[in-house]
Amino acid sequence: MADMSYLFAFIGVAAIATFATRVIPFVFFERHTEHPLIKHLGRYLPAAVMALLATVFLTRSGNWNAALPGLDAILPGLLVVAIHLWRRNALLSIAAGTAAYMTIQQTGFLAGY
Amino acid sequence: MNQSVFRLTLPILFGYIPLGMAFGVLFATQLDYPWWAAPLMGVLIYAGAGQILAVSLLAVGAGMVEVFVAMFVLNARHLFYGLSLLGQFRGAGWRKAYLIFGLTDETYSLLTSRPRGPERHHEQEVDFRITGFNQCYWVIGCAIGALLGDNVAFDSTGIEFALVALFIVLTIEQYKALKDGFPIWTGAAAAGIAMLLLSPSHQLIGAIVIVTAVLLLHYRRLKDAGATEGAHHG
Repeated sequence: MADMSYLFAFIGVAAIATFATRVIPFVFFERHTEHPLIKHLGRYLPAAVMALLATVFLTRSGNWNAALPGLDAILPGLLVVAIHLWRRNALLSIAAGTAAYMTIQQTGFLAGY
Repeated sequence: MNQSVFRLTLPILFGYIPLGMAFGVLFATQLDYPWWAAPLMGVLIYAGAGQILAVSLLAVGAGMVEVFVAMFVLNARHLFYGLSLLGQFRGAGWRKAYLIFGLTDETYSLLTSRPRGPERHHEQEVDFRITGFNQCYWVIGCAIGALLGDNVAFDSTGIEFALVALFIVLTIEQYKALKDGFPIWTGAAAAGIAMLLLSPSHQLIGAIVIVTAVLLLHYRRLKDAGATEGAHHG
């Protein structure tokens, strides 16, 4: 059995470090919620962060060494966009895109291209 | 209320169970600790990338200072999430500590994108349940993965794309709500620049720093342009 006291200390330190990153803005900016800059960030930051997360994780999902680089992720990504613009049903868009991606990855039928 | 919260968090379920399982399997196969430590980490730390990094830190027996610095830097992007939720969480009482604790990428995405009614306390209660549901999915994933070890039977390869699809859907919803493409293109461009210039472990925080800097410049420009322009952009 490995050293349990090390494990508990580790979990404690990791938990504190992670919580610190989440709580710091609330500790230092709590009194400035009406400041126009905070309102500006509150308005635009979520959209920018969402686009950023989508771009990074979509890129990481693709195989960029294939003959058609990244197509295995870009196709399901486009499918999500198309279905969402068509029906605007989040679960449907996500399910369709995920099913397409799983099929492509598991059958590997894009691997030859 | 729980039914609509479940519906809202369903994409997170499909993302968190397999990702939590990936962590659990990694934990069980790489380390010599009891299986229940994996879900315990999901309860107390609750960070996807952070916990996966933690496995390699545990494997080499890293020192506590190193653990703190590594976890803080890896999760530093969360510093910026709180900024846009200061008003939304205000007055949430005892729930507030948990709302802040549970502020992962995915929970942040849902909380900032979903339509909100005028009743503040009700909406905070919904936020609280969304956060709780998401963490349950994550902890269940960690537990299943650690119990199964490397005997995973079902071929779930690729199911984690649910999170990518969720981010795409939420980006479209943000665009429709704002009717302004500027933050969207800024975010995508910042991600592109960060991925070209930085190593994978620094790309998210790098891109968020770029986005925040651009928004600060944007704010300055709107302010300098005067009241008319400012009122137009909101």
